[in-house]
Amino acid sequence: MAALPKRRDLGFVLLTGGVGLSVVLVVAAIAFELVRQSQLSIAKFGLSFWTNGIWDPVSGEFGARPFIWGTLYSSVLALLLATPISLGIAMFLSELCPQRMRQPLIFLTELLAAIPSIVYGLWGIFVLVPAVRAVQTAFPDFLRQLPLFTGPTAGIGMMSAVLILAVMVIPFTSAVAREVLKSVPVAQREAAYALGATQWEAIRAALFYARTGIIGAVMLGFGRALGETMAVTMVIGNNPQISLSLFQPQYTMAAVLANEFTEAADELYLHALIEVGLVLFVITLLVNGASRLLIWSMNRPPRARKVEPVAAPLGEAA
Amino acid sequence: MNRDAYRRAKSTVIVWLCGLAVVIALLPLAFILFFVVSQGVLSLNLGFFTNLPVPVGETGGGMANAIVGTLILIGLGGLFAVPIGVISGIYAAEFAGTKLATAVQFAADTLNGVPSIVIGVFVYGVAVLPFKQFSAFAGGVALGVMMIPIITRTTEELLKLVPVSLREGALALGATRGWATLTVVLPAAAPGIITGIVLALARIAGETAPLLFTAFNNRFLSVRLDQPISSLTVQVFTYAISPYEDWHRQAWAGALVLVTLVLLCSVLARVATRRLERLQTGQ
Repeated sequence: MAALPKRRDLGFVLLTGGVGLSVVLVVAAIAFELVRQSQLSIAKFGLSFWTNGIWDPVSGEFGARPFIWGTLYSSVLALLLATPISLGIAMFLSELCPQRMRQPLIFLTELLAAIPSIVYGLWGIFVLVPAVRAVQTAFPDFLRQLPLFTGPTAGIGMMSAVLILAVMVIPFTSAVAREVLKSVPVAQREAAYALGATQWEAIRAALFYARTGIIGAVMLGFGRALGETMAVTMVIGNNPQISLSLFQPQYTMAAVLANEFTEAADELYLHALIEVGLVLFVITLLVNGASRLLIWSMNRPPRARKVEPVAAPLGEAA
Repeated sequence: MNRDAYRRAKSTVIVWLCGLAVVIALLPLAFILFFVVSQGVLSLNLGFFTNLPVPVGETGGGMANAIVGTLILIGLGGLFAVPIGVISGIYAAEFAGTKLATAVQFAADTLNGVPSIVIGVFVYGVAVLPFKQFSAFAGGVALGVMMIPIITRTTEELLKLVPVSLREGALALGATRGWATLTVVLPAAAPGIITGIVLALARIAGETAPLLFTAFNNRFLSVRLDQPISSLTVQVFTYAISPYEDWHRQAWAGALVLVTLVLLCSVLARVATRRLERLQTGQ
């Protein structure tokens, strides 16, 4: 429909388009700059940077594996906790909740996302960590033998990080899941009820209908968890080791950047840190891209119907 | 018959579990607010707002430098991000469907998903390294980059909500597309866009990670853009991980100021949006 802009609109198009283009360029510049500033490390370590488990600034050997592990492990565990809760919230708020409670509850769950990360961290250090320490000390000995629960009972460590991440992810996942559920046609639910479904069976049908979008919502939360910095830095213990244990202090990519960036004395150290940022950038880009693709495919008509329109006017297809 | 009872019982249990999920999520919110308020008020006094930090061992220090710093930083961030965000949002809405508009939307979403610490690393490369100097300017750039996608998408969404008939009316009277947007469509969406900007500023005031190695920190009151500058968030971080009781207390007070700021803006924005909705539906 939109033909070539009239001449008198040209200025408007050029101005807004130019500024719009700058947003695209910023994203490109981030990628470019991260590669450029980490070239020393990229040249020296190549792909082994991703797999090497040793991070030793003194001897100049840098591998990001402990951080990649810490980031992925903490985020996956946080998702395991947050996903059922987020979906429960989404279902409650979009399907079950009394109309009058809906808006206030939505507002409150969104407040969780409004609280600054540093405040989560502060609360984590002084309230959550001591609580986790108490739980860990009270842990029965026979469970402490399991690889999941070995290590010190310091409170600081993977468990605290996972708990705090889970809380921080909930508002994002539940908000998107709620939107996705809202886009399920009412007819779907009415049909289920008409067939005698219970409330849960009707919701299950809606969930199934919305499954790609729901997975997208979960992945969006995953993307948030991967990049979360301050709160995790303050409670995870900052120790570059790879461990399954929830009690062990570990380290994430974002946390090592926050802690060591201003201390990086030589250039190789700095470049290695920036390459950690690059790795984090690439991983979040992939996760967020996949998530958006899924949510976006939800907003399109579900499946291409085989039924042709009776008389499609020529030239109006697509 | 028995099976029906089972199905109904199962449904009831799951409905209750969903309600329980809401409670589980709101518990940490209540806990955090409770601790921030109860711990924060203990050391929140006039001196906190007017004094500079004092060396360890002395009491009575405040965060005047950090409060001024945060205001300067979000001001700078807004200065960078508001024009770029609003104008690119206008493009994305006005020319929706074109390749560039799709690219702008895609870029804004991508930028929104980039971890804040990575934005810090990026700005370190473009605004700190070349000048060999941490600076308020670099911190403002970092916050601006974080705000751009929020403002772009808000502007776009709100412009799309403006009824087409308004625009068509303007065009029918002979306005150019740009003029119609500027004088008719944009004013109709302006209250919503301003609300979105306020919300974005409040969110950005709580950011720490992108400031750690751009604005860095400053023990003194500084308003110079080419010097490191303090911010509430970085100051709270520094104090929180320190081993001193007095600093911990001040960290809580700083957190209280931050949370109050963010919550106040959220509530105001919500009230404003509600009033807008009522106005629009009342027409």
